[in-house]
Amino acid sequence: MEQLIQQVASGLANGAIYACLALALVMIFVSTDHINFAQGELAMFSAYLVWQALEWGMSFWLALPVVALFSFLIGVGIERVILRPLHHAPVLSVVVVFIGLLAIFHSLAGAIWGHTIKAIPSPFPHFTFVGSGYIGPHQIGMIVVTVMLLVALFAFFRFTPLGLAMRAAAQNPASARLAGIRVDWMLALGWGLAAAIGAVAGSLVAPAVYLEPNMMASILLYGFAGALVGGISSPGGAVAGGFIVGVLENLIAYLGNLLEKTTGVYVIGNGEKLTVALIIVITVLTLKPSGLFGQVSVKRV
Amino acid sequence: MAALLEAHGLKAFYGQTQALHDVSFSLQPGGITTLLGANGAGKTTTLRCICGMVRTEGSIKLDGQPIAGKATEDIIRLGVGHVPEGRGTFTNLSVGENLRVAAYTRKDKVAAERDLGMVFDYFPILKARVHQQAGTLSGGEQQMLAISRALMLSPRLMLLDEPSFGLAPLIVQEIFRIMRRINSEAKVSMLLVEQNAALALELADHAYVLETGRVVMSGKAADVKNNEAIRKSYLGY
Repeated sequence: MEQLIQQVASGLANGAIYACLALALVMIFVSTDHINFAQGELAMFSAYLVWQALEWGMSFWLALPVVALFSFLIGVGIERVILRPLHHAPVLSVVVVFIGLLAIFHSLAGAIWGHTIKAIPSPFPHFTFVGSGYIGPHQIGMIVVTVMLLVALFAFFRFTPLGLAMRAAAQNPASARLAGIRVDWMLALGWGLAAAIGAVAGSLVAPAVYLEPNMMASILLYGFAGALVGGISSPGGAVAGGFIVGVLENLIAYLGNLLEKTTGVYVIGNGEKLTVALIIVITVLTLKPSGLFGQVSVKRV
Repeated sequence: MAALLEAHGLKAFYGQTQALHDVSFSLQPGGITTLLGANGAGKTTTLRCICGMVRTEGSIKLDGQPIAGKATEDIIRLGVGHVPEGRGTFTNLSVGENLRVAAYTRKDKVAAERDLGMVFDYFPILKARVHQQAGTLSGGEQQMLAISRALMLSPRLMLLDEPSFGLAPLIVQEIFRIMRRINSEAKVSMLLVEQNAALALELADHAYVLETGRVVMSGKAADVKNNEAIRKSYLGY
């Protein structure tokens, strides 16, 4: 039982990271209808920037907003410079550009900071509390930051004119232009927000794993699975989906271990966690493409 | 009186296809002008030219200021409200959000709030449905919403693309009655594109008749209405 609680708790903590990345994916998807395959590498790059800032003597809580802002500008820049000429290009061209971006940021990180692993210390203070045995302070911190991020984004999209304009531009660009909204800039803003969210995800995951150019490869897959489970068009759904995937992968591995212990038959274990994520992706796409919380828009014709 | 909108020698292209060949017209401030013609005559394209939504050659002046070649959103910000073909509803947003989006560019929020009151006065049904998802509105209500969104820009000129399209005659009558009120009370000049020529000539003071991308006749609405040859050959009634 104790082990089960522990698995769920650590699943939630991993889920927080997947949720962050899923949120970044959704952000770009709702504003441009594309899945940004380079999202993970961008987050990794931002994590390196945080590491660099720490090396220069900045504190983590100063480095994070600075890097998030810088990543925001990188995101805006990518949209304005690289993707803008492709606004009317077929989706396949855009996908190729995303894969190119993935390769570029991957190599860039390796070239600047090297391929040896680096450590970022956890920014959260060590403290003991009820349940300390199940979940560490960094894990709790990740969950809290993710939830705060979601609440802030929700408030932004729901209650600010700019957030409303971004939603309108994403949903009906032609009509948004007729309302005087600069749709191109709204897309760039979406990219910037996604990059900033990715920066938060990257710098939270780095202390939990180690910082190296490959660190986001599998996490992006989980984030993608989370976004799909929750509904790729729904920010809240993406966060829920991230948590669901995090808990699910741990539970399935746990059950696999339990099964092996009692029957001696090895079906599934820790090694197959990534497979679980892929199975989740396929299952969701087959059975419920709009995800658990994805909006199926009602339209009267 | 100086023209509010003046277009000269408009040509428009969709890719290689030329949709307008030589369209010129001018609009007096305060009036309602209608563009008539059959399917494919270039009525919608003309409106799209004005708003920079299609590749255009020729000159377009709003209050004497050239606007051809400007981005759509910049033309809109000069006070042009476009009620597009197909109504352009933000289907996933609520009715209230649809109206607030339209006021996004307004600096004077107090005036925008006042205009919201004016819109609800013209179309009380929208007030009743303010929290409803706009995609669930009926066709007539969505048309009202489209006109209201244009009104929320506080425009000098409103371009209306077939507001009667696909609506029941009673609804159409109501919408046209309110359009007349908007024209006279809110002092919004209008350029109206219509297939329903009889209805449009009833409302408008000036009319232009288009055929395959060219203006074939123009004049006072009453004169066009009374010209049997024109009516039979171009307007089909």
